[in-house]
Amino acid sequence: MPLASYQTSVPVVVDDAKCIADKGCTVCVDVCPLDVLRISDMTNKAYMAYDECWYCMPCEADCPTGAVTVNIPYLLR
Amino acid sequence: MSLDQIVDGLSEVSCDVLVIGGGTAGPMAALKAKLKNPKANVVLLEKANVKRSGAISMGMDGLNNAVIPGYATPEQYTKEITIANDGIVDQKAVYKYAQNCYKIIEELDSFGIRFLKNENGDYAVKKVHHIGTYVLPMPNGETVKKALYRQLRRARILISNRYMATRLLKSADGRIAGAVSVNTRTAEMLVIKAKAVILCMGAAGRLGLPTSGYMFGTYENAANSGDGYAMAYHAGAALANLECYQINPLIKDYNGPACAYVAGPFGAFTANNEGSRFIECDYWSGQMMLEFYNELLSGKGPVFLQLKHLHPDTISEIESTLHKVERPTRGLFQQGRGVDYRNDSIEMHISEIGFCSGHSASGVFVDDNARTTVPGLYAAGDMASVPHNYMLGAFTNGSVAGIDAMEFADNHDFAEFDAQDVAKERDRVMAPTKREDGIPPNQVEYKTRRLVNDYLQPPKVTRKYELGMRRLAEARQDMQEHMIARNAHELLRALEVQSIMDCADMAVHASLYREESRWGLYHWRTDFPEKDNENWFCHTLLSKQDGKMTSEKRAVEPYVVPIADDEKDLYDKQRIRASA
Repeated sequence: MPLASYQTSVPVVVDDAKCIADKGCTVCVDVCPLDVLRISDMTNKAYMAYDECWYCMPCEADCPTGAVTVNIPYLLR
Repeated sequence: MSLDQIVDGLSEVSCDVLVIGGGTAGPMAALKAKLKNPKANVVLLEKANVKRSGAISMGMDGLNNAVIPGYATPEQYTKEITIANDGIVDQKAVYKYAQNCYKIIEELDSFGIRFLKNENGDYAVKKVHHIGTYVLPMPNGETVKKALYRQLRRARILISNRYMATRLLKSADGRIAGAVSVNTRTAEMLVIKAKAVILCMGAAGRLGLPTSGYMFGTYENAANSGDGYAMAYHAGAALANLECYQINPLIKDYNGPACAYVAGPFGAFTANNEGSRFIECDYWSGQMMLEFYNELLSGKGPVFLQLKHLHPDTISEIESTLHKVERPTRGLFQQGRGVDYRNDSIEMHISEIGFCSGHSASGVFVDDNARTTVPGLYAAGDMASVPHNYMLGAFTNGSVAGIDAMEFADNHDFAEFDAQDVAKERDRVMAPTKREDGIPPNQVEYKTRRLVNDYLQPPKVTRKYELGMRRLAEARQDMQEHMIARNAHELLRALEVQSIMDCADMAVHASLYREESRWGLYHWRTDFPEKDNENWFCHTLLSKQDGKMTSEKRAVEPYVVPIADDEKDLYDKQRIRASA
């Protein structure tokens, strides 16, 4: 069966201007219980790669520069 | 090479005690095992990252079951938990917990975790339960994981993050020999030989589907997909009372606690749409959930948690706890809904089903030493059968497990496993990565959990359960023959779906076996609507025997603390009665 990609608005937003992943920081990626954050190969900044969020907050709480914002996933907002 | 790309690899390490799961019980078990024998190797394996994993990822607002001298006695607590569980309790383990938990509180205090004290310096314990007083707030509850992590580093526990255990290994004579695991970012496999293994893998919290439709919007940390239940089952361990589901009263849509345990002691209460109380007690029990269910269906729903009658200063105090600890996005959610606790009540609903002994009684069977029925295999926390044990139970029973497991490891050599078992497991784990074409894990998972909601959510109807069993078998066939994983992250989800499917099958099997109704909403069978103490005053144990799912009865151990006849049904009287 062929696969189609599926549009979804992701709850975790990263401010590229504040994110220091390009300097080697991986804190948000490291702490996420669901392992849904990644560093982009293109921008070298953190982003939410998988929409599998428990809206729990470690990524936002532990980010050293305040670049990460957790929103409530749209379906339950 | 980028993260998530699949790497073909298999390596092997060994340790004395392997602890699987680094949430609450796991770190304590690892710490106690290591302190028992500092020369031994203790490995703590975690699917996520020990720093922020498990139910207390963002801390906890308090202890829900603290037995503190001067406020409660171990006898009183044991009695309350026995009554709340309709009598189906092996009291020895509960009593031991009640005796030990105060020591653990003092130890947590020495780690830097603070507990609320009054002006005299005594613990400020609050009443939430029906009978006794056991709730102790934690003013710096958000620091729990950090404090634990410091202790793990100090004790030199070997931590392996991002490894998901998939199956246990045993010797021919049935003793535990280790576990097979897979890296969640590379799919490389790691075999860990161990003399003793402790499972601390949390609830089966991704079993039912949240009504929002968002698969990860669960009550439990969504990483808790029931892997421990599935692994224990496949290793031949017995699982107790799985039909005693976890179902919780939660903030509608947000699907987290509101939380009556925090707000109740200040005067908040559960109300119907007329603003009236309808339950005597906000402590989570199956009997309370049944009244909640009845109220929703009576035309007097929705049901709310009401705080607006409280003094604004009190509300601010409650708010600062609710929006800082455990589930801090509660504040963001309420803000989005325009809900201010000063003016508005919190709309509540009934959660999807799960297994969890932390709140109900469905777990891997353990005795008062946290031993499962497999020699050398232990379990603690939400997944072990000590009922209603919450966070403090995870710490206390994790401690028991750690000490006993190290004693076992000190007295046994490594058990030999069959290399064929590893090869077979490797084939099973990697199968979804070998297919070119098929169904992605998220679709198999959605369908499985949607079927769980449609057919398994109480009230339990035999005909529905039989249909559910057939539908689930079809989904299992799709899973086994057609599920694909295109990278290591998808493989992690594909493995989790297999745990979820196993738990769904166990939920059906256990529920059909117990032919009576018990524990309020948790096991309400419409075809057997009455409690039947003559035939079913017993535990049920589910296990894999000769490859088949089997259930049997197990007698309740004689009580340590006797329960008088007029006390037995105290939890059945949840509904507030009109009085003159």
